Amino acid sequence: MADATANAHKRHGSLTQVDPRTRRRNAAEARFKAYGLAAIALGIFFLVVLAFSIIRSGVPAFTTTVVSLEMNVSPAEIDQAESGMLKTAAYTKLFIAQLGSQMQEQGIGGEVDPEAIGRILGKVGNDLRAFYQANPDAVGEPVDFTVNASSRVDGYFKGRVTREGLVDSRFLVATDLDVVDQLTEAGIITRQFDWGFLLGKDAGVDNPGGAGIGASVLGSFFMMLVVLVLSLPIGVAASIYLEEFAPKNRFTDIIEVNISNLAAVPSIVFGILGLAVFIQFASLPQSAPLVGGLVLTLMTLPTIIISTRASLKAVPPSIRDAALGVGASKMQAVFHHVLPLAAPGILTGTIIGLAQALGETAPLLLIGMVGFVAREFPTGFWDGFVEPNSAMPAQIYTWAARSDVAFYEKAWGGIIVLLVFLLIMNAIAIVLRRRFERRW
Amino acid sequence: MPVLWIFLIVLGIGALGYVVARQRALASVGNDPRHLHSLPSYYGYMGFLFATATALLVLIIWLIAGPMVIEKRVAANLPAGVVEQAASQNLLMAEVRRVANGLDNAVAMGVLTEGAASNARADLTDMTARLKEAGQVITQNVTVPVLRAAQEMRQANRTSKTWMAVAVIALAVAGAALAVLRAQKDFRARNVVERGVRWMLVGAASIAILTTVGIVLSLLFNTIEFFRIYPASEFFGSLTWSPSFGGGSELGIWPLLWGTLYISIIALLVAVPIGLFAAIYLSEYASPRLRSVAKPLLEILAGIPTIVYGLFALLTVGPLLISVFGDNGLGWMQSGTAVMTAGLVMGIMLIPFVSSLSDDIINAVPQAMRDGSYGLGATQSETIRQVVLPAALPGIVGAVLLAASRAIGETMIVVLGAGAAARLSLNPFEAMTTVTAKIVSQLTGDADFASPEALVAFALGMTLFIITLCLNVFALYIVRKYREQYD
Repeated sequence: MADATANAHKRHGSLTQVDPRTRRRNAAEARFKAYGLAAIALGIFFLVVLAFSIIRSGVPAFTTTVVSLEMNVSPAEIDQAESGMLKTAAYTKLFIAQLGSQMQEQGIGGEVDPEAIGRILGKVGNDLRAFYQANPDAVGEPVDFTVNASSRVDGYFKGRVTREGLVDSRFLVATDLDVVDQLTEAGIITRQFDWGFLLGKDAGVDNPGGAGIGASVLGSFFMMLVVLVLSLPIGVAASIYLEEFAPKNRFTDIIEVNISNLAAVPSIVFGILGLAVFIQFASLPQSAPLVGGLVLTLMTLPTIIISTRASLKAVPPSIRDAALGVGASKMQAVFHHVLPLAAPGILTGTIIGLAQALGETAPLLLIGMVGFVAREFPTGFWDGFVEPNSAMPAQIYTWAARSDVAFYEKAWGGIIVLLVFLLIMNAIAIVLRRRFERRW
Repeated sequence: MPVLWIFLIVLGIGALGYVVARQRALASVGNDPRHLHSLPSYYGYMGFLFATATALLVLIIWLIAGPMVIEKRVAANLPAGVVEQAASQNLLMAEVRRVANGLDNAVAMGVLTEGAASNARADLTDMTARLKEAGQVITQNVTVPVLRAAQEMRQANRTSKTWMAVAVIALAVAGAALAVLRAQKDFRARNVVERGVRWMLVGAASIAILTTVGIVLSLLFNTIEFFRIYPASEFFGSLTWSPSFGGGSELGIWPLLWGTLYISIIALLVAVPIGLFAAIYLSEYASPRLRSVAKPLLEILAGIPTIVYGLFALLTVGPLLISVFGDNGLGWMQSGTAVMTAGLVMGIMLIPFVSSLSDDIINAVPQAMRDGSYGLGATQSETIRQVVLPAALPGIVGAVLLAASRAIGETMIVVLGAGAAARLSLNPFEAMTTVTAKIVSQLTGDADFASPEALVAFALGMTLFIITLCLNVFALYIVRKYREQYD
């Protein structure tokens, strides 16, 4: 204080004149405020960058480059292809031959080089063979075929592969791109929306063009069913007990401490639990959505319990008192009056818990739900729970871990699909909260 | 009889119990519910509960305990000497289980007849060939004792299943009958039902305890198993981590712990300043409108699945860092996956975590303290720095500790973004790996489950669990203590 008085004597200015010390303090104030704004701006900037890179890299996954061709295969050719050892390769050759003759008719590419066409095409043989085996009548008739181009040609259209950066390899040679350009002009190669990505199943490491996320979406769906069916009733029952009935004693304390700790246990530890208890100990099938659902149930229970307790607590005591006053038992008061009033809040919390579970990856990897398992669709509703499958995030992880760059695009596309599901779930939760939330 | 059927039958008996018990109660008062002790439906619920509760409990216990008992018995019956020959009893029993499953599947596919499958004098080579034909994975040629044990196991399984069905359904019927007999007008059905429901609520609440027990036991048993075949002194003492699935691997935890710690520190260096300043601005300066926009936007970052951050690290941040610090830039960085990459992205993920927790804590500081400071002539920033933050410090420390525990337990970002090499280095632009990433890689590989290379994952998991548990308990303790201070 002595300093302050001493300063006051030295000061010649007035209140209207800002002295250096005040200026310094004001500058510090402005700086401090600017730090805060910058921090928020930085946070939002990260969000924008994240959203931008997801959209920019993911949207191309929804289109694919295709080669369309009218095929006319004679029965003799089919017999010949079926008699060989490499059946799909023989079918590929058939397709190449037909494409080559059509190119010659239209005067594309000069001398026809079957190998070049082979490099442009993706995996055609399998689809072709499957089609003719399913439709024997089509043999000898003209059939319109649309098959995927190879992933590098696809990358050329999406800017992943460029003329300048192209190193000649057995997968693609620079001159092939001229042929591709001509074929595009002739309308044989086109880009179209890729239903195969949304509805398909995972393909092998060598076939990025054929990989789809459909099977793992189903895997996630079955898991979410298990989580919903188990975690909602158990979570609600546990919350009702803790909030309405539990006496204040050690047992209740232990449960409370347990729940708050479980909410913060790393998710991978739940994966270890699932592996040791459900697979090792209880011998449940590996890679099954049922086991994944059980693990995720244990993981989301604390979240659901915490939010359910909050909404039970929000129901005013007068409701309970009124019910008890007209002769209801404690149980009746809770189940007939408190629970229905808390229901919107409980549902909102459950949906948010489910959304959290939907994006969880690490525990699924430990119980074997990795992406390449999703090679087949489940054969039926009940089988869907126990047949090996993957889930969306695990499928994305598998794609991201593969070395072929074409799979990265699939991974980003998969993220868009995953985020769309999460967005829908959160939107439902928000709508529920807005419409039914009651302020007491 | 499949379990699903037993379950449905029990439910059916329960429904029947509901109808009959309710009818009987009503009949006992001549269809005038006013003379009943409880509402008629409570007599029905009693019927349902009595029929299903015990029966389903027994069903679950039987399903869990049955296979264990059978395995024990089969293992005891194995001729002496066979166990010594095999690497371990666990491996042998796994083989027996595999053969038994194989026999089941082969019968289901029609490759083997039931008689042939349980034929005690079946020819070994023929059996192996048949099983392989049915697409069953048989590791080696089936030996006589293993085949006998497998057949014994199938036999026991079948008997156990039959008895289970009989016992469960009998219990359900007995329960329903008991309830129906008791459904008289003076019986206090509501009290009985409510007591039953209350026990169910207690059971649901105990699942939290069971989960913790499950986690601890599954970690503990496998960790003990690991330390039996791999010396603990090596695990805690060695500075190298080089698992080789052929054996002779060195499994020292320190490189992994260091990687975990280093990445977490970088993540916190990113998240704490940004999150803290954002929280200060949002709670002290921001207008309600800015707050209502910025807060949810920041919290979106917390709702994004970690796999998205992992991909972001691998494919966006990594290449970006390479272009600045890589060979074409400063030349510090060799590959896109590095401590820096994972740390930065994890920091972004933790921003909303730090900011919303600190926001709550700063808001809990009483307004009177601020007013006192303003009254003495302090500016707003001086008030925040010298009054609000010191008052909120314990809570903020708690929030940071919770964020640290999140960072240590985070998996997908480090699996994709940090690389796979375990090394002790100070260079943040080098690839390192963490405890969580190694748990994933050791348990998703092709390692035999009983080998130290796979079991080490449980020891790592135990370490992780203990570290995060301590952090959480400590942080929650601080936060709670602090909250009470101003209540």
